[in-house]
Parts: sequence; C-alpha cells; structure tokens
Amino acid sequence: MTKAISVAAKTKQIVKKYGNSKSGMIAVLQDIQEAFNYLPKEALKTAAKAMNVPFSRVYEAATFYTAFSLKPRGKNIVKICMGTACHVRGAAALQDKFERTLGIKPGETTKDNKFSLETVNCVGACALGPVVVINTDYHGQVTMKKIDKIIDNINKEGAQ
Amino acid sequence: MEENQDVQAHQVIEETRLKYDPKKNVITVCAGTGCRAYGSLKVKEALEAELQKQNIKAEVVATGCLGFCEKGPMTVIHPHKYFYQSVKVEDVPEIVSKTVAKGEVISRLFYRHPETQKTLFREEDLPFYKKQLRVVFGKNGMIDPTKIDDYLAIEGYQALAKVLSEMTPEQVINEVKKAGLRGRGGGGFHAAVKWEGVRKAHGDPKYVIANGDEGDPGAYMDRSLMEGNPHSVIEGMIIGAYAVGSSQGYIYVRNEYPLAVTHLTLAIEAARERGLLGKNILGTDFSFDIKINKGAGAFVCGESSALFASIEGRAGEPRAKYVHAVEKGLYDKPTVLNNVETWANVPLIINKGADWYASIGTEGSKGTKIFSLVGKINNTGLIEVPMGTTLYEIIYDMGGGIPKGRKFKAVQTGGPSGGCIPESLLDLPVDFDKLYEVGSMMGSGGMIVMDDTSCMVDVARYFTTFLEEESCGKCVPCREGVRRMKEILDDICAGKGQEGDVELLEKIATGVADGSLCALGGSAPNPVLSTIKYFRHEYEAHIKEHRCPAGVCKALITYSIDAEKCTGCGACIKVCPVQAITGEKKKAHVIDDKKCTRCGACIESCKFDSIIVK
Repeated sequence: MTKAISVAAKTKQIVKKYGNSKSGMIAVLQDIQEAFNYLPKEALKTAAKAMNVPFSRVYEAATFYTAFSLKPRGKNIVKICMGTACHVRGAAALQDKFERTLGIKPGETTKDNKFSLETVNCVGACALGPVVVINTDYHGQVTMKKIDKIIDNINKEGAQ
Repeated sequence: MEENQDVQAHQVIEETRLKYDPKKNVITVCAGTGCRAYGSLKVKEALEAELQKQNIKAEVVATGCLGFCEKGPMTVIHPHKYFYQSVKVEDVPEIVSKTVAKGEVISRLFYRHPETQKTLFREEDLPFYKKQLRVVFGKNGMIDPTKIDDYLAIEGYQALAKVLSEMTPEQVINEVKKAGLRGRGGGGFHAAVKWEGVRKAHGDPKYVIANGDEGDPGAYMDRSLMEGNPHSVIEGMIIGAYAVGSSQGYIYVRNEYPLAVTHLTLAIEAARERGLLGKNILGTDFSFDIKINKGAGAFVCGESSALFASIEGRAGEPRAKYVHAVEKGLYDKPTVLNNVETWANVPLIINKGADWYASIGTEGSKGTKIFSLVGKINNTGLIEVPMGTTLYEIIYDMGGGIPKGRKFKAVQTGGPSGGCIPESLLDLPVDFDKLYEVGSMMGSGGMIVMDDTSCMVDVARYFTTFLEEESCGKCVPCREGVRRMKEILDDICAGKGQEGDVELLEKIATGVADGSLCALGGSAPNPVLSTIKYFRHEYEAHIKEHRCPAGVCKALITYSIDAEKCTGCGACIKVCPVQAITGEKKKAHVIDDKKCTRCGACIESCKFDSIIVK
C-alpha cells in the first residue's frame, strides 16, 4: 500500500514538472521509467488523470516507443547494438552468446533480477563495433570471450 | 539605435576572443563517445594529476570528437600540435615529462603510415585527414563543448551578431539560397526554400526544429556535432529563427544519445546567460528560445510529421502530407525542420559568405558532408569531405582499405532507405543526385563498408527486419508489404527460397514504394532492390544452389576443421557451447555437423585460422 502511494505521489510530481500538460507525455514517461526502472501501471493511471487524458492515450505512447518497458527490468541492463556496422561485424553472434549465457531472450529479465537483455537499433558508436552498452558503459569490439569477462565482473561486483 | 545594437552584439564576442592564445600550453584529449569508451576521460584525469605532480603549467581540455575513432583515445599536445594516438594512462608520465615539459617527441605514440612506415607527427599529415575538408566538424577538436567561451574564441556567435546587426531576414534567406545549402538529413531538400515557405506562411507562432533523431544505423555524425560542438547547431537555429520569424525552437534528440542531451542543455543555458538566447537577443528586439525533446526509441520519429507528433506527446505516427510542414507542422503551425548538420552549416555560410560556400562541392550539391565510415574498413571514424569526392577516395585514401587484406564487396549508404553500391561504381562522385541515380541515397551520411564475408541477401534481410519492426503500422503497403518481403528473405536465408522469389520481391517492392504514406515505406524497398540489382548472383546461389557464398546464412553453411592447420590445442573444444568438437590433444579436431549450431565461438577462439566455413 505504501508503495502504491509513493508511486502515485512521485508520478504526480513528475507530471507537474511538465506543467500537467499532455504535450509533456514522452518526457513524463521517460522520467517515470527513470524513477522506477519501468512503467508501473499505477503510475500510468495516475499520469493519465493528472494530464487529463484517457488512459488509452498514455498506454498508446507507452507501447509505441521501444525505450519503454511495462515490465520491471533487472539491475543491469544489457543493450546489444544492432546497427548495420555492428551487424556486419558479428552482432548477431553476440546476441546468441548473451542469450545462452544469461538464459534469456531480448526483452526478458533473469530470474534473480540481475540482468535484462535488450537490443538497440544503433547506439551511434559505430567505430567501436560490435558494441554492447551495459547500463551507461560502452564496451567496444566485443568478443564472446569479452562477454564472459564482463558478466563475471558484474556478478562479482554485484554480489550482494 | 542600430549602431548601438551593433556595438553590443560584437562586444560580448570580442571580449572572449581576446582571451584566446594559440601559443598556450594546451593538451587536448578527445572525449567523443568512441574515445570515452577507450578510456579517454581517465587519460585526461591522469594528465591533470601528472601535471600537478611534476609542477608543470598546462591546460588539459576534453574536446569533442576528432573523428578518427579507430585510434582513440587521441591526444594533441599544443603548441607543437603533436598528435598522439591510442594513448593509455601508462603513457601519461612520459608525455608530461618529455613532450609537455621539453617538447620532445615519443615516437611510439605517433601514427605510422601503413605502407611507408613513416612516422607522422601532426593530424594534417595523416592520410585519414589529408584529403578531408573539415570546415564544420573540424572545430570539435579546438573546443571544450561544455564551455561557451571556447566556442566564442573560435568566432562563435559572430555569424549571429552579423545577422542581427547587418542583415534583414530576407537577406539571410537569400544568402543561404545562394550558398545552395541542402538538407543533410536524407532528402536533400533546399533549406532556403523551406525557410522562405515558413517566412511567408500565415500562422503564429512559427517553429524552428533541429532533427537530432539520427536513426540511420551506422551514422553518428549528428551525435558528434551535438556532443562536440553544440553551440554551432544552436547558433544555426537562432539565425534560422530570425530568418523565418520564429520565437520558439526545439531540438529533438535520440534517446540513445544521453551525452548529446547533457551538452546541448549546458550550451542552451550558457547561451541564455550571455543573452544569445531568450528575450531580446544581443540587445535587439528579436527573441527566441530552445527546448530539448528526447526521443524514445522509434526510428520513424525522424520523419517530419511523426517527429511533430512525438513532440506533441503522442505516438510517432506520420500523417499524409497534403499540407506541408512549412504551412502546418508542429501544433499545425508553420515549421522549419532541418537536420543537425544542416543547422551547423548555417553560421559558416554567414561567416564566410555564400560564394565561398558554393565554390565547394558539385553543381547540384554544395559544401561538405560528414560521413561515418564504418564496418569492414581499416580507418573507422567520421570524415568531412567536399561533395563530389569519390567513393574510392573515401574508402581507400582516407579509410585505408579493407582490413586483413580481404576483398571489398559493397558500401551501404543512406541507412535503411539507401542501398548497396558495388565495386564497379567506386569511382562515383558522392553527392545527393549521384547516389540517387545508382539506387541509393545520401541519407544522413552513414557508409558501411562490406567485404567478401558480408552476405548481401543477409544485409537486405537485416534492413527489411529493421523496417518491419520500425514501421508504425498505420498504412497497409508498408505494414504488410515490408513484412512479406521480410518473410521471403527469411526463407531465402534459411535455404527455403524458391524460383520466382526474386521476381516476387521486386513486384512487392514496387507496390510498397508507390503506396506507402511516408518516406519510411517509400524508400523501404531500396536495400532489397539495390542488392538484387547488383548482387543477383548471390540471391541465385542461395535459392538454386543452397549456398551462401559469404558464409553467413547459418542454414546454408557448414563448419569444419582444416586438419593441416589445426594444432590440436583444444581451445575450440573449451568454448563450444554444444560440445560439437572432439579430438585428442595435439591431433586435429573434428566438428560434428549435427550438433554444431554455427555460433562462431570456435572461429573466435582459433589462433591458427583452421575453422573452415563453407
């Protein structure tokens, strides 16, 4: 219950920041996702009310844009760049490797909530291809061997 | 009154210019996204700490992207202009004690000419930079993009001061028209024609927008401008706003470019503080301000009407263009939408004049263009060249050719709307019209080089898959047609292609191109049609011979081990995720084709190049 209240309160705060206006929709959703790591239903409902738009409008925007997630995401977000430069340098093989190692497909989160796997069209770091962005860190010229190392390191750091 | 304005306008800028001293001891470290990934910020910190430790006075500046991303992190030691590449934190003490303190060179940090092995000391000596003309992009290396003073010191905002004090809006539009500036975002529409349209259009307010939704995979020049020289984009927009009579601007930036958002935000705040943005700019009665809008990961939002919808807070669906954006754009008001690089060209035109600008380039395409040279190429990075430079010069003279001595196959330009250009057209001078003639497009300037290990059917499938996911679904030809093309290409790559598939693809492609609502669908067939046009034999090899000549399509290839090359080291056995490889130590190993998933792990692990893909 306390969580629901805080989600609503935080959402109201965010919507207010953009003048309770529906033109701030995308920015509002981005801020909600930043606050909660995904878009909780409660937040979307609150936002719709505060912006005075039907819930369907909010849902439409939340599902149209690929950057938004309606499901909770893991602590570490792995984004594999699928840009053309990365593609010709073997990004598909890296995706396979991540899927095998983490046991999840893009859009999914590991059971221990440690990793979410996502693909991105292009992160604009083409010279480093193939590129993987983990949280905010860019990893360039990634190989399967490097992936093992990267995941090992995160597992060690994140051992809580 | 006018004279007063003139004095005020120039004063702010002149004061800062005087502070600039080119002889100063400055060490610049490239802090573009590429170099950051290689650890350039750590190099910068280490330099600062070492200077303090050795008690040497010099300034360390984290600059925008220098373009030669292959050799990052790049560090330039001024005033000698020594260009050090691939600098590591371990190199820093020596750089400070030798080069900064005494002007001595450290030979191993210089770039060597790949053929003559000659040591090259300065940026302008490198083959990568030699043929470039970096009039827009080159300033990145001279400034800290987070400091407005740095921009002011290199003649920043002088064009704006000139425009506000000496030119009427009509004169500005004429100057841009005379320069022949065409939109750098893809279509190549004449910027001045848009501006004129908005100036004359009825409706208030009028909007000015920079399209920074650089969605073409493989292109990142706009990112490097927004991150590396944000004020040049902002100055261009203010001049545009003055010309069309707008008071509100927007910069729409991709969600994937957080550093660009940070630097643009800082730049807008700094410009406001100096009276260059906001009410009564530089003491005149012209007012204009800019807001930043972040995208949320939708390629179609680079399309004008979808971009407007996104700024308005809706799903980014394009609309039919019975009425143009210059009449009814954002919030149904007259709107100028130009791409980031286009805006960054504007101050240059004003400062150096339309005649100078128009003297660069080809008959129909003036000025320079920034390209991202990526994929299977030795010197990856961003280059800026005069329009009309040939593909050969770009790929071989600047790009240094194909790595590992492999053979060039094609260069893909124009992103998902563009096409693949084969070797026989390498002498093509690159400009808007020539690329269009050969079935491709300028797009925003991505050039992805492919060698003989890139499968052209797979590339067509890649783009069609991309477009199928990014199609907004509003109109039928694009939503259904692109999906059908993808299914056919999936089948061909899976070895299930049938005779007649290529002809069917061509037929659907025509329908999609003719019937789609916006440019996404209109140009979606280009990657398919251009690969069929130039690489039909590869399609036929897949369909008739069940063979992928490039060794990419998993269903059509097998992995085996060359017994002569294999030393029996066991590295591949360890990495194979499905235990398909067996063999004793020091004896040639064998791959079980039934178990093998063609994941490529063995190829990566083999030091003896003994895995054969056929």
